[in-house]
Amino acid sequence: MSDSAELVKRLLKGDRRAAAKLITLVENDNNGQSAKIMHLLHPHTKKAYIVGVTGAPGSGKSTLTDRLTHELRTKEKTVGVIAVDPTSPFTGGALLGDRIRMKESCTDKGVFIRSMGTRGSLGGLSRATNNAIRILDAFGKDFILVETVGAGQSEVDIVNSAYTSIVILVPGMGDDIQAIKAGILEIGDIFVVNKADRDGADRTVMELEMMLELNPKKNVWRPPIIKTIASRGEGVEELLSCIEKHRSYLESNNLLEKRQDCRNESELMDVLSYRINKYLLDDLKQSGSYTDLLKKICEQKIDIYTAADEILKILWKKS
Amino acid sequence: MDKKIRILMAKPGLDGHDRGIKVVARALRDAGMEVVYTGLHQTPEQIVEAAIQEDVDAMGLSILSGAHMALFPKIIDLLKSNNAEDILVTGGGIIPKEDIEELKKMGVSAIFGPGTPTTEIIKYIEENVKN
Ligand SMILES: Nc1nc2c(ncn2[C@@H]2O[C@H](COP(=O)(O)OP(=O)(O)OP(=O)(O)O)[C@@H](O)[C@H]2O)c(=O)[nH]1
Ligand SMILES: [Mg+2]
Repeated sequence: MSDSAELVKRLLKGDRRAAAKLITLVENDNNGQSAKIMHLLHPHTKKAYIVGVTGAPGSGKSTLTDRLTHELRTKEKTVGVIAVDPTSPFTGGALLGDRIRMKESCTDKGVFIRSMGTRGSLGGLSRATNNAIRILDAFGKDFILVETVGAGQSEVDIVNSAYTSIVILVPGMGDDIQAIKAGILEIGDIFVVNKADRDGADRTVMELEMMLELNPKKNVWRPPIIKTIASRGEGVEELLSCIEKHRSYLESNNLLEKRQDCRNESELMDVLSYRINKYLLDDLKQSGSYTDLLKKICEQKIDIYTAADEILKILWKKS
Repeated sequence: MDKKIRILMAKPGLDGHDRGIKVVARALRDAGMEVVYTGLHQTPEQIVEAAIQEDVDAMGLSILSGAHMALFPKIIDLLKSNNAEDILVTGGGIIPKEDIEELKKMGVSAIFGPGTPTTEIIKYIEENVKN
């Protein structure tokens, strides 16, 4: 096993193999490796600007991310991309196919692309993803684009990690736009109607406008809606200028700090709950009182809540 | 958490047949591996760069165009010049026996001919990936 301190040194010198190996280490997280790595990297983070890209499967997230990367490169910004795909809960395997659409930048030394499976986490952004973001941050990337699985919780989770969240919709959802999960309107800082070469793009834009209008949580920032044809690169320049506008909005209102604080808190909670689960509960399961109480529940002598109260009492006493 | 095998599946060269490689990719996924699929028409540079960034343990290259004697050596060379020769290189496609011998000497670990059962490929990868 490579020494993580050595890898961190190499990462800070710009070695992309070291970056790749470190991401693998935080993904596998054997013997608490992540803790050590994140400790060493910490002073070198909080520089990158993090953008989330989410949307339904097949809506064009990877294609758009690729184009956006290209656009950023023409402005001489370096880019890290993290593309998350679902892990099969049955086999633990995953087909990571986002790179198929990311050919444009794949040999550009100013770009680093990493595909990740969701692994254990419930479709959301995992601890490993957040750590990978920090690794690419310390690696010196100016922008980090995170493509999430376009389903359920991850759409919401991205808000905790990204400073600007882009939500992609496509035309042809017709009346279904009403059925878009309520959460999606709140999380988008920028909305993209991709595949604008298809019929109904204007209608989707209109409906989206109406829904945003109705949204009671109105902020000073009005999420812009942009039409794109990602496969041809159309609208991508405008998208980037919206990202820049949102960034200045956050910066000039002290909101970027707030988002960063929010991100830190959500990651702290995540690490805490993981550790509480892993260490406290694992410990507890080894203890006699746990087995005794469980037995009593199974024998119908005591209810689950009473048993949980008993167990918590034991835990409090210990700490 | 466990160590998961990561493998890059790519099709270098110009031919456009990706049915076979997709079948293998799915089989490897179903065997619990993380399969990075990069699609058709990949240059050796793209393949090696992707393998490095994705930190894969192995790669599976499907070559039907007959250009294997040009593509494989190029990929092996690039891996070496990037200090990444620990990545296991395997391939599939229609490749004559004498070429297979030659390729193995260059550092290609295994060639799976058409019709190789996916179970055999899975077993080979699992047994030969360095931990
Ligand atoms: N017509 C049209 N097709 C597009 C456009 N953008 C992307 N596509 C196509 O839509 C398909 C899906 O694109 P991806 O970029 O892979 O979409 P994705 O959201 O990343 O997909 P998943 O990661 O699988 O959820 C591909 O075949 C793209 O070529 C567009 O603007 N117009
Ligand atoms: Mg994608």
